Amino acid sequence: MSDITITIDGRTVQTQEGEYILNAARANGIFIPAICYLTRCSPTLACRICLVEADGKQVYACNAKAKEGMNITTTTPNIEAERRAIMEVYDVNHPLECGVCDQSGECELQNYTLEIGVDSQTYSIADTHKPAQDWGFIHYDPALCIMCERCITVCKDMIGDAALSTVARGSEGIDAAFKESMPKDAYAMWNKLNKSLIAPNGGDTLDCTDCGECSAVCPVGALVSSDYQYTSNAWEHKQIPATCAHCSAGCQLSYDIKHTSIADTDEKIYRVKNEWNYVSLCGAGRYGYDFENRVAAKDVHAFDAAVAAFKKADTIAFTSTITNEEALILQKLKEKYGYRLINEEARVFKNFLASYASISGKSLYGGDLKQVHEADFVVSIGSALKTDNPNARFAMNNALSMNKGAGLYFHPILDPVIQEMSKNVTQIAHAPMMEEAALYLMLDLFGDKASMPSDIVSYLAGFHSTKTVTVDEMVDEKVTETVVKKVLNEETGIEEEVSEEVTKTVKKKVSKEVEIDDNALFALLNAGDKFAETLEKYLAKKETFALMVGPDLYTHTNSANCARLVALIEKYTPFSVTMIPNLSNTLGVAMICDLDSERGSYCVGYNVAGDFTLSALGNGDLDMPALNQQEGTLTGIDKRVNPTNAALSYGGYVLNDIANALGLNTKYTVEYTKQLPASAGFKALEFDALPNYYTNSGEEVRGYVMENVAVPTSGDEKVAAFDARSAMAGSLVYLANPVLQFSAFTARAHQLQRSGGVYVSKGYMEANGLGEGERVRVKTARGELVVNVICDGKIDGDIAYLPTFDTQINSEALFDGYRFTSVSIQKV
Amino acid sequence: MHHEEPFKDRNVSEQSAYYFVDIEAYPENGWDKFKQVARRTFSGELFVGLWVVLREMIKFDIHTVQYPKEKLPIGPRYRAVHKLLRLWESGYERCIGCGLCEKICISDCIRMDTRIDENSRKEVTEYSINLGRCIFCGYCAEVCPELAIVHGPRFENASEQRAHFVIKDDMLTPLDLLKAGEQAEYPGFGAVIPGSDASVKKTPLAY
Repeated sequence: MSDITITIDGRTVQTQEGEYILNAARANGIFIPAICYLTRCSPTLACRICLVEADGKQVYACNAKAKEGMNITTTTPNIEAERRAIMEVYDVNHPLECGVCDQSGECELQNYTLEIGVDSQTYSIADTHKPAQDWGFIHYDPALCIMCERCITVCKDMIGDAALSTVARGSEGIDAAFKESMPKDAYAMWNKLNKSLIAPNGGDTLDCTDCGECSAVCPVGALVSSDYQYTSNAWEHKQIPATCAHCSAGCQLSYDIKHTSIADTDEKIYRVKNEWNYVSLCGAGRYGYDFENRVAAKDVHAFDAAVAAFKKADTIAFTSTITNEEALILQKLKEKYGYRLINEEARVFKNFLASYASISGKSLYGGDLKQVHEADFVVSIGSALKTDNPNARFAMNNALSMNKGAGLYFHPILDPVIQEMSKNVTQIAHAPMMEEAALYLMLDLFGDKASMPSDIVSYLAGFHSTKTVTVDEMVDEKVTETVVKKVLNEETGIEEEVSEEVTKTVKKKVSKEVEIDDNALFALLNAGDKFAETLEKYLAKKETFALMVGPDLYTHTNSANCARLVALIEKYTPFSVTMIPNLSNTLGVAMICDLDSERGSYCVGYNVAGDFTLSALGNGDLDMPALNQQEGTLTGIDKRVNPTNAALSYGGYVLNDIANALGLNTKYTVEYTKQLPASAGFKALEFDALPNYYTNSGEEVRGYVMENVAVPTSGDEKVAAFDARSAMAGSLVYLANPVLQFSAFTARAHQLQRSGGVYVSKGYMEANGLGEGERVRVKTARGELVVNVICDGKIDGDIAYLPTFDTQINSEALFDGYRFTSVSIQKV
Repeated sequence: MHHEEPFKDRNVSEQSAYYFVDIEAYPENGWDKFKQVARRTFSGELFVGLWVVLREMIKFDIHTVQYPKEKLPIGPRYRAVHKLLRLWESGYERCIGCGLCEKICISDCIRMDTRIDENSRKEVTEYSINLGRCIFCGYCAEVCPELAIVHGPRFENASEQRAHFVIKDDMLTPLDLLKAGEQAEYPGFGAVIPGSDASVKKTPLAY
């Protein structure tokens, strides 16, 4: 895309070739009214209010692309008349319940009605009865709906559930007289509006991953959170800018807080809001906000016990749901007292990064989710994308739907959500332990063979053979026939039979033997017979490639080899590589802490069970603040150090108090922000200097992006071959969380309180005669659990999974590092 | 005619506007003090006042309002302690919980708790006004779209503490009083101005 110059209302504006006029105007602070357009999604053309005049022609700013030298006028008398008529139409029969509507003034209908100055009504139509509907997390009031279809658009183009669509409104026709009398675009918009309403594809209930983004983008109060309904007015909230604490996406959000009630003046989080034009939240982020650990006062005895425990301990075990600053405190304690730091999932990720660096020469992967959004060919390997990092899934879906992209999803568990993203996505349900084969396939398909190490090229060549296949073809064949005709002999007047030769062209099916290239990797990955053809179709006209790799690779037995393969892919293929860290701050912990693998004799656990337990879950020996009660930074998947603020007060002790008692001397935890190790790519910036916002052009101004530090390499690019015999088969179980859950913290939120179990697909349940809620014994080589069976409609296939969010179920104990293991599931 | 006092010169002099009040010299010794006391005590000024009181008492024409027992009528625009009114026909609370009074309140003394009730309506579960903070400006009554919160005539709000509250139960018209027709319609701050119907623009209806 090249830079071009256009003129909007006499102002010269720089933008890119192919950018929509609306986005160019917004990026430069020029106001063009628009209701139905969502940045990053396709133009809907429902509201038609973004009409502008470009080079003398009326166009829709959301849909018309800027061209060099274009001269744009945002208002003309005709456009003003259209806009006025459009807003009048929107106001026809709109219930006057603004006083109680949950949008409470944050209403685009209200704003534009006032902006355009609608002070009288010209149009009318008989109203229809449209009762409100409850869709679980979401409440839909069709009477308030203005049919901008933003919910449908975001669900399809960004989220990928495509769970909403339009249904017939059942309204009377518009009075024919209006067609003549009203402005053209306003009539067309009304005509469309009058035909439809929003409805879930699944009938009465929403069948989706419950992200709630539809309610976030709704410009009016038609789609609202059922839980929030009528509890508060928008203006009463103080908005605390923060970073979502649940997964590694590190989405920006704001906690809306207010006093709990008249009787209880403690602050409470009422809801979460997001900048939906630039960042989309998943359901865990949106509904899992009240995971705080309410502690009113300091418990001196518990604190003394904690300090004593630290003095006694030789090990600190912790999870990655902590801030960078806390991780640094732990590291400093390690340096001072020689503690062993135990955090297994961060340790495997750190090792993975180290192995990756041994070839790439960089401390961090090169890609981020922005590059995935912009790609037109996206591959995911080794991650249950929709639950490991929902934002990565949104990015993949967005790339597929907006860039006419195609995608491959390598994972043993089939995911209908991925399948429904696009018709140009193929899931390759390879056997567990075959992730290396998938990585080799990437090298084989996309690697620059000319520059790749020769041993890899020859290893890959070993998978190729030519095979002869029989292809049916239609061939034109000339057939000569002798036809006997009766011809009248004119001389004799008698009919005579004459033989005549006629040549005809006949289509004929012939079988032909053709030699084609046979890639044995396809079969090893269970890619299906037609995969070669599918791939060829997918790869037509593709320019930007993105690969996401996930936690299955980090926990893999040969994770070092996987990491080196990933580095080779980044080096020798056009793919950008993004790694999905396991938990909220796994990347930060991996970059800050030196982690150990073996526990010592006495262990202090932080959010994990230890001999002495510090816990933000309220079940430990000393309480700690949860991530919505702390300020600090979190390092997300985009390698960005994002600041988060304390939404709720916390009266107890924090980790810094313990560290101070142990001889570190810092007043506030956030004083560590500027001390984060520069050698790992952090910057020496004060916490208070970190910004946290998006600009009008969508630029993310949050914290800072970590420096990708150069790491010396030996130049050795050898990778080990994979062993196809290690492929796991039979009855298997996976370690993953269901949609809406990431950790014990999400399960603490009042809207997401669930108990876990063993999650199986519908097909598995039927095949094994299991019923929802039945107790089963899940037994692996390392132990057994008795849990409930839960049906997950969002997976397919025969692999069950166990969650980590439920503290009652110690799923990790059943696994030996790798996320898959053999299992027997029996009814009890 | 405009007259400006020559207050620029604040010194006491013949020219300035300030002058000494003719004050009797202060007694300087004990004897002088005794004389002053004796003169003031026996001059009989006391009985002038006592006579006025006695004269009025025996006239039996007293204008004093017997305050705690009787109260003066309050003008409709007087802004005393708030009331929450009910709808005449149904008896429902007029308050819809829109929160405008809470928002407009310049001394930030109104709070309300709302929820969704069984009929999917917004219900105000509790409402409080901190009268210690309230400056009785009347904005709440003026902004109320339902004429639900109004200023009543109850002006006594002495209390033992600076912060003291009225809650919903104190302010809401009890149902029995409503049925007895005791709820007074409020003509003061925020009430509909007579004749405002004429300024309403009509919207076309299709049926």
